[in-house]
Amino acid sequence: MDNKYNYGTAMLAAFEYLLANYPEVFVIGQGLWSPWYVGNSMTNLEKKFGTARVIDTPVSESACTGAAVGAALAGMKPIVVHPRIDFMLYAMDAIVNQAAKWSHMFGGQASPAVTIRGIINRGGEQGAQHSQALQAWFAHIPGLRVVMPATVADARDLLISSVLSPDPVLFIDDRWLYDLEDTLPPIVEHNLALARPQCLQAGHDLTIVASGYSTRLALNAGQKLTGQGISAEIIDLRVLNPFYPELIVESVERTKHLLVIDGGWRTCGVAGEVIASVVERVSTSCFKKPPIRITLPDAPAPTSKVLENAYYPTVDLIVNCVNKLMH
Amino acid sequence: MPDDFFNQLSDPANFQHPVNVTGQDKNLLFNQLESMLHIREAESCLATGKRDGFIGGPVHLGVGQEAVAVGVAGSLRKSDKVFGAHRSHSHVLAMGADVYRLFAEVLGKETGLSRGMGGSMHLWDKPNGFYGAVPIVSGTVSLAVGAGLAAKLQGSKDIGVSFLGDGAVEEGVVHESLNLARILNAPVLFVVENNLFASHMHISLRQPKASTARFAAANDLPYEIVDGNDAVAVHKAAAKLIANIREGRGPAFIEAITYRWYGHVDWREDIDVGVNRSSGDVSAWRKRDPIRRLADGMIQAGLCNDTFISELKSRTQQTISNAWQRALADPYPSSSALLTRVYASTGENRG
Repeated sequence: MDNKYNYGTAMLAAFEYLLANYPEVFVIGQGLWSPWYVGNSMTNLEKKFGTARVIDTPVSESACTGAAVGAALAGMKPIVVHPRIDFMLYAMDAIVNQAAKWSHMFGGQASPAVTIRGIINRGGEQGAQHSQALQAWFAHIPGLRVVMPATVADARDLLISSVLSPDPVLFIDDRWLYDLEDTLPPIVEHNLALARPQCLQAGHDLTIVASGYSTRLALNAGQKLTGQGISAEIIDLRVLNPFYPELIVESVERTKHLLVIDGGWRTCGVAGEVIASVVERVSTSCFKKPPIRITLPDAPAPTSKVLENAYYPTVDLIVNCVNKLMH
Repeated sequence: MPDDFFNQLSDPANFQHPVNVTGQDKNLLFNQLESMLHIREAESCLATGKRDGFIGGPVHLGVGQEAVAVGVAGSLRKSDKVFGAHRSHSHVLAMGADVYRLFAEVLGKETGLSRGMGGSMHLWDKPNGFYGAVPIVSGTVSLAVGAGLAAKLQGSKDIGVSFLGDGAVEEGVVHESLNLARILNAPVLFVVENNLFASHMHISLRQPKASTARFAAANDLPYEIVDGNDAVAVHKAAAKLIANIREGRGPAFIEAITYRWYGHVDWREDIDVGVNRSSGDVSAWRKRDPIRRLADGMIQAGLCNDTFISELKSRTQQTISNAWQRALADPYPSSSALLTRVYASTGENRG
């Protein structure tokens, strides 16, 4: 079997693995029978596994997500797909009030093992309601695991871990990553509860923390920085909730500099949470310069190309910020 | 025609007659009577417990509505998946929950149905087929559709059941759920307990037409409108619809017209009176008491007598009183429960 994948086909491989090996897995959501709704990440699944297990649905985000939660309580391992997170907001009750709370509310007896796949799909002048990256909202909710794969390997392996987890998981993938390529080893199942942030590039001058597409930007910036003689350690969060800062703290204690990149908004965002978690764990003399965060500006996504270019963080912006931080 | 029947049912002056038990299985009738009395006495005990300060959280009592839960539960099995809402003591008890564990839950005790983490509004009893009740109005309706879909995918003949109120049908997700259930042919029964009130608001102030069965018709679901204070009528409708659902004919809908004797929440009968609910209405509806009507029907049919009824009642009260005393003595959850139950997988407090 060909072991070369891109981020999209890696998820497709995860779906195929899960549907082939776990009869309790089914997939429900809008656009699943369409060749283009979810990129190359679910192509022909309904032909291979049948439309009873790969269910394209009415325009009902709320009921479909609630139905997935109910099916999970009844012993299934459903994956509900939201091709854009913006539309998933109709399903907030099922995600926040129901899936995330049922274990705790019922004394650990209920296990709503649902995976909710929310896709960030932005750019291309799509504007404010086709662009949002809302990971911070969901990472705020106890009981909901929030996963953001940044690598081809994680796109496949964290999706499998998410679906096999007995807990509700929000799996957020990003269309800007779908053409990322890599060679993958055979599938090994991992326990999502043991997944931790991962160091993708070792370095000693500063620590850069990111997740999802922001990790991609960080890695590209890291290459440029190496050319400038700056050695960046790059840590990918992978799982935003529950959040384990130990690896980041240990890194910052060595590098004395911290830059955090997040594809969401600044206020009450993931970047702020990462910085706070590090600051409260290191000594007051640890930082040589105050930490920096790179986020979206606190404004809805624009449509016009010119404004989009000003809106989304770039590799050059990161390099400039690092230069400010280091000099 | 449905509207005419609904209008007759929603006027408490009608349907006060004894239940017609002709042709009904004798054991079923005695079970229904016992189950309704059990629920009535349990909720009366909770009303007193709330009044006397033993219960901290809100308690939504369904006294007067017992025939709906009992009438439906008679056709259900423990492998079915039943979901409720904020007023669900009757649903969980009708499915066979231990009343002592319900009391312990309402009191926040470790021995409760939800291990002391839920209280009256969050009930769980999976071994008896009760898959959860929560107070977000309509919050479990789509979950019941999914549980039914799961049963279908698993190849069982089990069904999902959603108990909801007339207020819940004003939430958008109910309409999505009816449509989704129908289009997926999911085995699920929707049971609307139409008690004419959402909190203090009469249905005439909330909906242009009072019968919620119109939404079943709009989504092409077979439906029955029934006297919700007649356990036999509810049973007949439920038995027929549930048999069809189990045979793979898709979802169905029952609208049971009933009335709660207490106010929206807690133990006061008069809490909503004066808003749009007069004390005259309450006493008129008390004459349509589902328990008295079934007992009278059974007595008329020669199945039992007044002495039997009063002995059954005092036996039930003794059971309830023992359960309450036992639950009162039980321990609360330890403080570690606050963090160890966040995730089902690990019990880890962060993960």
